[in-house]
Amino acid sequence: MGKLSFIARRLVKGVFVLLAIVILNFLLIRLAPGDPAQVMAGEAGAADQEFIQQLQEKFGLNQPLHEQLFIYLKGVLTLDLGWSYRQDEAVATLIFERLPATLLLTGTAFCFALTFGVLLGALAAARVGRWTDSLITVLALVCYATPLFWVALMSILLFSVYLGWLPGFGMFSVGAGYTGLEFVLDVLRHLILPALTLGLFYMAVYTRMTRASMLEVMEMDYVKTARAKGLAPGRITRMHVLRNALLPVITLAGIQAGQMVGGAVLTETVFAWPGIGRLMFDALLQRDYNLLLGVFLVSSAVVVLFNLVTDLVYTFVDPRIEVS
Amino acid sequence: MAFNRSLKAAAFASVATLAFVAGPALAEEPKQGGTANVVIQPEPPSLNLGMVQNAPTQMVAGNIFESLLKYDTNLDPVPNLATEWEVNEDGTVYTFHLKEGVKWHDGEDFTAEDVIFSMDEMLRETNPRLRVNLDHVEKMEALDDYTVRFTLKQPFGPFLGLFEVGTVPMWPAHIYQGTNYQETADDNDPIGTGPFKFEEWDRGSYIHLVANEDYHVEGQPYLDEIYWHVIPDAASRAVAYENGEVDVLPGGSIENFDVPRLAEMDNTCMTTKGWEYFAPLAWMWLNNREGPLADKRVRQAIMYAIDNEFAQEVVWNNQGRVATGPVNSVTRFYTDDVTDYSYNPDKAEELLDEAGYDGEEISLLPLPYGETWQRWAEAVQQNLEEVGINVDMEATDVGGWNQRLNEWDFDMAFTYLYQYGDPALGVTRNYISSNIEKGSPWNNVAGYENERVDELAEQGAVAFPDEKRAEIYKEMQQILVEDVPVAWLLELEFPTIYRCDVKNLVTTAIGVNDGFGDAWLDR
Repeated sequence: MGKLSFIARRLVKGVFVLLAIVILNFLLIRLAPGDPAQVMAGEAGAADQEFIQQLQEKFGLNQPLHEQLFIYLKGVLTLDLGWSYRQDEAVATLIFERLPATLLLTGTAFCFALTFGVLLGALAAARVGRWTDSLITVLALVCYATPLFWVALMSILLFSVYLGWLPGFGMFSVGAGYTGLEFVLDVLRHLILPALTLGLFYMAVYTRMTRASMLEVMEMDYVKTARAKGLAPGRITRMHVLRNALLPVITLAGIQAGQMVGGAVLTETVFAWPGIGRLMFDALLQRDYNLLLGVFLVSSAVVVLFNLVTDLVYTFVDPRIEVS
Repeated sequence: MAFNRSLKAAAFASVATLAFVAGPALAEEPKQGGTANVVIQPEPPSLNLGMVQNAPTQMVAGNIFESLLKYDTNLDPVPNLATEWEVNEDGTVYTFHLKEGVKWHDGEDFTAEDVIFSMDEMLRETNPRLRVNLDHVEKMEALDDYTVRFTLKQPFGPFLGLFEVGTVPMWPAHIYQGTNYQETADDNDPIGTGPFKFEEWDRGSYIHLVANEDYHVEGQPYLDEIYWHVIPDAASRAVAYENGEVDVLPGGSIENFDVPRLAEMDNTCMTTKGWEYFAPLAWMWLNNREGPLADKRVRQAIMYAIDNEFAQEVVWNNQGRVATGPVNSVTRFYTDDVTDYSYNPDKAEELLDEAGYDGEEISLLPLPYGETWQRWAEAVQQNLEEVGINVDMEATDVGGWNQRLNEWDFDMAFTYLYQYGDPALGVTRNYISSNIEKGSPWNNVAGYENERVDELAEQGAVAFPDEKRAEIYKEMQQILVEDVPVAWLLELEFPTIYRCDVKNLVTTAIGVNDGFGDAWLDR
C-alpha cells in the first residue's frame, strides 16, 4: 500500500513537473531569434512579407503569446501535441514513429554500458593496484575523454570503410526487402556501431563509479568482519561489496537513462539513425516549435519515469530503504 | 515572320539539346533496370513541389513532377510537356502546344486545364517568387485541350525562362481544383507526370521512387527505382559514398575538403554542370543604410580588400569562379565590362583613409550552412582586418540568420542566391528600391537605392528583343559594380559526384533536380 501511494504521489508530482517544463520550454524557445515562418520562407529561396504573413497566420503565430500558450496547454492536456509546421504532420505521429528507434538505440547502449561498466569496475576494484586495474582505468579514461563524434566517425571508418564488417549508416538496409529473422539480424548489424559508440562513454562512467564505490565499501568494517569470518573473497565481493557499492551507480544510471533518450542527437546524426534525437535537432534549427516542444515533453516524461523507477529499484537492491 | 523565327529557334534549340543530351551516350545503348541510391540533405519537408519550393523538395520531386519546358546547359528551352511554342511579333503572346497522351500517375490525361489551374490558380498563391513574375500576364487561356495561350500586359523578356519544374510544376486539376489544396495536398501521394512515381517515404531514413511505366517519353525512365537516403552528417555522407552505399552525391552534399579525396576514387566521376539555371552567386550583404558602410568608398575598399582567388583556391578547393559583379557569368546578359576589383589591399587602405574610416566595429554574420562557410567568413575577416577594418564576427543559426537579415540587423552578412537564368528573374530583385522591405532575406536587404538602376531594371524586364535587353543590363551592371551595394565574392559551383557507371545523370541546366529520367546504369 505504501509503495502504491508513493508511486501515485510521484506520478502526480511528475505531471506538475512536466507542465512546468512545457511552459518554460514554450517561453524559452520563443526567445531564440527567428520563427518557423521566417525559416520556411527563407528556405523557399524567395519570399515577401505577404508570404511570411500567410505562414504566420497558418501556424497561428500572429496571435498573442499568452493565447498561443493557452492553446498549446489545452492541447497537451488532451494529449494533442499539435502540428509540425515544417513536416506538415501531427507531432505525436512524428514522435511515435521515431521513438522506437531511439529506445532501441539508447536501450541497447544503456544495457551495454551498465553491464560492462559494472563488470569492469568490479574487476578493477577486486584487482586494485594490479595491471588489470591499471588497464581498465586507462581504458575507462580514454573512453570518457574521447569526443563521441570522433569515436563515431573512426568506428565507421574502421569497421565500415576499411574492414567492411558493419554498415555505416541507417537502421536497416534500404531496399533489401528483408523480413522476419533476416530483418532482425539486419537491424542488429546496423545497431552495433551506434550503440557501442553511445555506450562507451557511459560505460566509462559506470566503470569509474563502480570501482570507486567498491573501494570505499571494501574499507567498511562489515567487510573486514566478513573477511575475518573467513568468507570466500569472491562471495564477499559479490554479496557484500558490490551490492552495497551499486547504489550510487543506480542513481547515476537512472538519471542518465532518461537523459539518453533525448541526448542521442550526435549519435543519431552521425549514423543517420532515424530517432527522436535527430528530430529534435532538426526541429530546433527549423524553429519547428510544436515538434520541439513535443520532443522535449516526451523526453522529460521519460526522465521523470526513470527517476521513479530508480527509486523503486533502490528498494530491491537495498532492503533498508523504504519508499513510503 | 516572328512566328516562323521562333519556331525555327525552338526547333534548333530542341535539336541542339537532343544532341547535347544524347551526345556522350550515342555510342552506348542505354540499359534498362537497376537502382540508384542518392543522398538527400536536409530531408525535404514535403514532396509537394508547388506548395514548397525549397531545394531538397525540388531535388526529389523534380523527378515526380514536370513543367512545360526543360533547359539545356546553355539555358535554351527544350520541349517537355510542351512540344512546341510560338511567340508573336512584339513578344506579348506565347502559345504552347502540349504533348498529347501524357498521363498523370493516377492514369488521368494531362491537358491544358491542368496548366491553367497550376499557373493561374494554385502557383499564384503558393509560390511567392513566381507570383511576382505572373503579374506580367494579363490572361491565360486554354484554346483547346492541348493548346494554352498566355497574353502578357507587355513584353516580358524572361517569360520563356520561367518553365522550370521547381518554379512552374504542373499540378493535377482533377484532384485539387475546387478543394482547399493547402489542406488536401498529401505528402504521401504526390501525383505528377514525371518519369518516377512516389512509392514510400520512411521519414528520417529514405524516400523511394519507382519508374513510371506510362511515362510519355518512349523507353524512359531506364532506372527501375531511386532511393534518396537521408544522411544528416556531411562526413557520414562522404563515408556512405566511399562505402558504396550511395551512388550519387548531389552538389553541396559534402564539405569541400572531402571533394578531392572522393573524386580520386575508382569509378568516380565529377561534374559541375547542372547548375546553370540556378547560377548561384555568393556575396556579402553590406548594410548601406548607416555607419561606415553607407559610404561607397568603404564598400569599394571592402571589394579591393577581399582576396577572392584565395577563397576560390583554398576554401572552395578550386571550385567556382571569382565574381565580377551582380550577374553570374553563365546567366544571360552578363558583362565583364565593369570596374575591376582585383585584390588590392593598398587601394583598399587608400579608400578607407579617404572615407575617414575611424576603426568603428563592423559586424559580420557568416552563413550558418556548415564548415566551408565558416572558414570562408574567417578568411574574409582576416582580409578585412589586414587593411584595418575592425570586424566582429557573430555566430547565428539558420533561424537567427534569417531574422537578423529580415530585420536589417546586420552590417555585413554572407549569403548566396540563385539567378534563374535571367537578370529579371534572379538579379534585379536584390537591387531595386521597390524591393526594400523587411521580412525577407532575399530582396534588397542591403537597402541600396539608385533611381537609374530602378529604371534600368524595369526597362530590362520588358524590353524586346534581347539585343535591347543586353544593352540595358550592361549599363545596370556597370552602375552597380561602381556603387558596390554588396560585396560580390564567387560564382559558386557545387560538384555532383557519382559512379561513372551512372550514365546521363546531368543533362539539363538543373542537373539532378530533373535528371533521373535520362539516367541509366551501365552495370
